[in-house]
Amino acid sequence: MRTRWSPLRRHRPSDLRRVTTAPPATGSTSSLAIETSSLTKSFGRQKAVADLDLAVPTGSVYGFLGPNGSGKTSTIRMLLGLTSASSGDIRLLGGSMPGDARDVLPRVGALVEGPAFYPFLSGRANLQRLDAADRSAPASTRSSRVDAALDRVGLSHAASKKAHAYSLGMKQRLGIANALLMPRDLLVLDEPSNGLDPQGTREVRTLIRSLADEGTTVFVSSHLLAEVEQMCTHIGVMSAGRLLTQGTLDDLRALGLHRVRVLTPDADAARDVLRRLGLSPEAGVRSTDPPDSRAGATRVEADLVVEGLSPESIVAALVAADVRVRGFEVAGASLEDRFVDLTGEGFDVAG
Amino acid sequence: MSPADPSPALRPSRGAGISLLRSEIVVLFRRTRTIALLGALALIPVLLAVAVRVASDDSDGGGDGPAFLGDITQNGLFVSLTALTVAIPLFLPLTVGVVAGDTIAGEAGLGTLRYLLVSPVGRVRLLLVKYAGAALFCLAGTLVVVVFGAIAGAALFPIGPVTLLSGQTIGYGDYALRMLLMALYVTVSLLGLSAIGLFISTLTSVPVGAMAATIVLSTVSQILDALPQLDALDPWLFTHHWLGFADFLRDPVVWSNLADNALLQGGYIIVFGALAWARFTTKDILS
Repeated sequence: MRTRWSPLRRHRPSDLRRVTTAPPATGSTSSLAIETSSLTKSFGRQKAVADLDLAVPTGSVYGFLGPNGSGKTSTIRMLLGLTSASSGDIRLLGGSMPGDARDVLPRVGALVEGPAFYPFLSGRANLQRLDAADRSAPASTRSSRVDAALDRVGLSHAASKKAHAYSLGMKQRLGIANALLMPRDLLVLDEPSNGLDPQGTREVRTLIRSLADEGTTVFVSSHLLAEVEQMCTHIGVMSAGRLLTQGTLDDLRALGLHRVRVLTPDADAARDVLRRLGLSPEAGVRSTDPPDSRAGATRVEADLVVEGLSPESIVAALVAADVRVRGFEVAGASLEDRFVDLTGEGFDVAG
Repeated sequence: MSPADPSPALRPSRGAGISLLRSEIVVLFRRTRTIALLGALALIPVLLAVAVRVASDDSDGGGDGPAFLGDITQNGLFVSLTALTVAIPLFLPLTVGVVAGDTIAGEAGLGTLRYLLVSPVGRVRLLLVKYAGAALFCLAGTLVVVVFGAIAGAALFPIGPVTLLSGQTIGYGDYALRMLLMALYVTVSLLGLSAIGLFISTLTSVPVGAMAATIVLSTVSQILDALPQLDALDPWLFTHHWLGFADFLRDPVVWSNLADNALLQGGYIIVFGALAWARFTTKDILS
């Protein structure tokens, strides 16, 4: 279910102009960095991923969101050719996976299911080792590229330390540095801020944004809604191996029920008007709302359950009934509410 | 993204792929475990020489030990030969089993396998590089035994021209060449076992399991070789020619054993290489 009208929102006037369009499901592959069709992975009778149709537009920061165990990592493993799909097709940067892995993967930087390193090698030696595995990575620039990647994630000071002496956060940074050894067209980052402290999480977010600004498409998985909301332009929600929805962040906000909020001293009259329009305003001010009585105004709220009822027609009806409208808002429920609606379960907000 | 950006349009242009082989060799031989294994192999001839020296001092002439051990007191250059004979049934297969069993399973256990594959290293290329590393370790291990044997022998015993099994006496240069050939023979002998280890290593992400299985197989093969009831099986066992290197101490050198051994080991490499390839190129990497 998708409402086509743009909801009025006080804080985000730009949203009014944004048309809610989902990325094209098929067709021009050049505009999609990742495209899967009916991608399925079964382990025995259990389906880890079922009929997945991902569409990640080139240049987007795509948040791949879902609770733990919802099939995110299984999907990423298939995208990168580590496991074979039980059925379905994968196109990565215009190439077919795993068939074109030799040509496609050098353009992809990846962090898969946590970082992994040789504990007996230094951070720098680890990166040099992994870089040596890529035949398209020129050996002549290896040292400078490794140092640049270490510098970019803030690990230069620990470059000579053995990896077993690294903290979890440092390993995570080293893993991200590994993904940045070569200029990449696509970054696939599986839970990049796992194990990072708040400062590190913010740095990763900034890093991802700056990479996206340089034109890199970023596909980032997370079970943390707040994280995805802060850095992504697009979002896909997984639950139990299925993609429940995908689109721009604003698409998702626009999905589902909206609430009408009227701030007025004439609460009873306002309720009458809303009732006449077919809505069922709640009896009193909800306890979660801050007391808004300083101007003698009360907040009247109702779910916007009537299809095709536009915000301006509600305002017009209110004004026509001589209701003194001091504030009016139609807004979607919070994204978190959306996800709980979609997945039927809460998200690990604290991480 | 990195300051030394090559033009993206030029990618992906592939290098010769030597980098990974070099990296594999450096990582393998700089690793503490590998150095410890080679150190243990070096200890075999040293301990052997010291023990014989001490024993010969005690009993003055010492005639109790096996024939080879007695020869050492006459000519220190025999220490290498004796040490190889001692090392081949157990110690060399043990170290080779550790290295060969670790090839793929070790990377899988660390989780670095997925990053190597995503880099991307082709799976076939990774198998080849890993096998090359294991084969190089076979050569290194054998050479360590021979070289340290020669050093320990020269240090503790008189050395002189060597009398061959066929009766002739040869000089140092000729003997050194023959020892080198023997080391190569032993290296070739271990290549089949390395291929078996490589295959087993593709089956698991627990390197210790792959190592143990490889070592156990080498022992089983030797036991089967020793059972007279199973003589028909002998020519097919990869351990069958392991002790055949004494042929290089005859003049003229008898090459038939080397040829049979090389053929046999080649067969094992092809069979288990193919099995490893079939397994690894289709494997889901879940580690």
